[in-house]
Amino acid sequence: MKRLCLVFTVLGLLVVFSVPAFAQDGCMDALGCVEIASDDPVVIGAMLSVSGATSFYGEDSLGGIELAISGRDGMLLGREITLVVEDSLCSAEGGQAAAQRIAADETIVGAIGTTCSGAAQGAMPIISEAGMVMISSSNTSPSLTNDDTEAGGTYMPGYFRTAHNDLFQGAMGAQFAVEVLKAGAVATIHDGDPYTEGLAVVMANTFAGLGGDVVFQGAVSKGDTDMSAILTEIAASAPDVVYLPVFVPESEFLVSQAANTPGLEDAVMMTADGSFSATFAQNTGAAAVGVAMTGPHVSGDAYSAFLDLWAEEQPGGTDAPPSGFHAHAYDAANILMDAVEAVAEEADDGTVLVGRQALRDAIAAVENYDGLTGSLTCQDESPYAGDCATGTALAVFEITEPQVNDGEWPPPIVWDLSMSMAMSEG
Amino acid sequence: MFKWRTDDFSWVDFTIDVLRVIIVLGVVIGAWNTLSSGRISLAQWVNLFAAGLSQGSIYALIALGYTLVYGILLMINFAHGEVFMAGAFSTVFLAEALNRTGFLNAQPLLAILLMIAFAGLVSMSVAILLERIAYRPLRGSPRLVPLITAIGASFFLQYTFRGLYGSGFKAYPGVNALQGAIEIGGISIPVVQVFVFCAAIFLMLCLYWLVERTRVGKAMRAVSENKEVARLMGIDIDWVIMFTFGVGGFLAGSAGVINGLFRPQGVNFYMGFIPGIKAFTAAVLGGIGNIPGAMLGGLFLGVIEAIGPNLVLAGLGIPGANQLKDVIAFTMLVLVLIFRPQGILGERLSETKA
Repeated sequence: MKRLCLVFTVLGLLVVFSVPAFAQDGCMDALGCVEIASDDPVVIGAMLSVSGATSFYGEDSLGGIELAISGRDGMLLGREITLVVEDSLCSAEGGQAAAQRIAADETIVGAIGTTCSGAAQGAMPIISEAGMVMISSSNTSPSLTNDDTEAGGTYMPGYFRTAHNDLFQGAMGAQFAVEVLKAGAVATIHDGDPYTEGLAVVMANTFAGLGGDVVFQGAVSKGDTDMSAILTEIAASAPDVVYLPVFVPESEFLVSQAANTPGLEDAVMMTADGSFSATFAQNTGAAAVGVAMTGPHVSGDAYSAFLDLWAEEQPGGTDAPPSGFHAHAYDAANILMDAVEAVAEEADDGTVLVGRQALRDAIAAVENYDGLTGSLTCQDESPYAGDCATGTALAVFEITEPQVNDGEWPPPIVWDLSMSMAMSEG
Repeated sequence: MFKWRTDDFSWVDFTIDVLRVIIVLGVVIGAWNTLSSGRISLAQWVNLFAAGLSQGSIYALIALGYTLVYGILLMINFAHGEVFMAGAFSTVFLAEALNRTGFLNAQPLLAILLMIAFAGLVSMSVAILLERIAYRPLRGSPRLVPLITAIGASFFLQYTFRGLYGSGFKAYPGVNALQGAIEIGGISIPVVQVFVFCAAIFLMLCLYWLVERTRVGKAMRAVSENKEVARLMGIDIDWVIMFTFGVGGFLAGSAGVINGLFRPQGVNFYMGFIPGIKAFTAAVLGGIGNIPGAMLGGLFLGVIEAIGPNLVLAGLGIPGANQLKDVIAFTMLVLVLIFRPQGILGERLSETKA
């Protein structure tokens, strides 16, 4: 009995002493604050696909984040930065699990992620309800920044991205097919992922709107290696362009097997940023020559310096980024850290308070941010709510011999927005 | 067949019979619709069939590993897909080197034999280590224990190889001698598919000879029949089991190279997962524990996967039929488990051996 009394006394004392901590007298924010004691690090979360078949996308973004942190010597607000990486896989369940772990950690100021659009659908409600922010470097599905639930939109406040919305990319693919390739008939293939499906639908709709025929809309599954069945069916509908915005290695299988499919000899294969990597051309071999791809077009001195830094520091043990979203991740991490710096308020005892609503507002107010991926302006109106990329850092590339044989990357640009006639209306 | 017509009516039999009728009707209607629409020509059907046979022969080679181990230990080695990956992933570097030096195209047959031997050895070592480290200490424990261990071993192997070779995708180089197609009566079949099929059949015949005609094969059959009696006859059971894992591993490794010639892309640490599951399906389809069954099951699964979506699903007006290829494969598995649990050629192992 005596012992029980003692336990209750201790518990009671604990409650009494911890009340001020919960009350957060200094915090005036509507969503509460992240409190960082004077000798605690600033904790940044990351929800990335770092295992499974898509892990190299996650590693690509992770490298960008790590370089952004080391670019500040690992310090923010005069404290060390700690990066907490949770595996969000490439699925809604994975995103949900990662977001729950991030949301449960009260020291995290905000998170970079997710890698895949599918994972973002699982993560967004949890992050948003926890009052946190997430900035994705590679989600491109249009539904994520659309708040019209009847149209399939899933946007919730607190979500931002530095990757381009596929409304830009899909439309660009369609315009290229019509204006440059003079295509009259298109076949589209997706793999069931919201990203690839969204892209295929946007491309098909824009293509039809520009007066073309959509003769086939089909799908493969992730993990398929034998594409002969779907290619036979596509050959039967005789398209001029086959649009396959799927990931590697399915795109590699599709392109290399299409070269041996009777009836598809003259069709142009077009893919998107899910296949935008140097290994796509090398793995596909001779069949890759002439493949057109839309992808992130990042260039300039700052980007060259970034690549040099990557080669020097080798995040993840690689000489060069394994995919195309490292620069977006670098920008995302910097936007988050700048915003934290801007809204942080220091109390007398050295504790720093970061208001959650203030952080959201600060990111939403980003305008003409000079990032590696060009000028970024975060928008707040659906269907672009949370979109910070403006779609200008996109181009159409065409794979040539040097990409296949010598591993040169990226391929030459054959078309970009400045060459478009119809983009001003889009 | 229609047991429910007799006096001892049973709802289970009735439901199964209704299911049978629905499936047969669906297949017939779908096939009829597709064939009468003439959307796909005869030559295209033959191409699909040939591609299916090649894919199926690769499934069969992997399935043999499942079936050999099951036949001898009554355990499903779920890490077998990773044994396949180990050989395929390691040999891609050898293939690249052979291609760079020009040896691959100067001496294609020799180079391919070298690659198969290398992949076979890598996979064999992995399989033997797996048996020695992960399974042997658990022999005699409840059957669920090695099963869970196998799943753990599978993850362990995947991430070990990711650590070794990275997470990116690689591809086997093209072999010039295998380019082009053979023309038979206006139908062209790619040379590589003919080669893949013949190579796989040759390896399967070798295995059949090994098991049926050699001393060690006799020992394998004896151990699978009854371990205790085999031990009393002076057979070193541990050695025979290790040998069986080694043979299964060698076949999986060579399947990795043959797969690389047939579908060069998509080589990474995760590549064993789906072929592993498909091969397991093939082994169950043919009758697990039965060697000709695994071969037949593999070929059958490959062909069904290649032809099924276009023939049946598209004919029934199901959108995105090709995305449902796996659905066909796994529906076959479920159907076999319902209608013929012992598989196409299988014996009732549960009764004879348990």
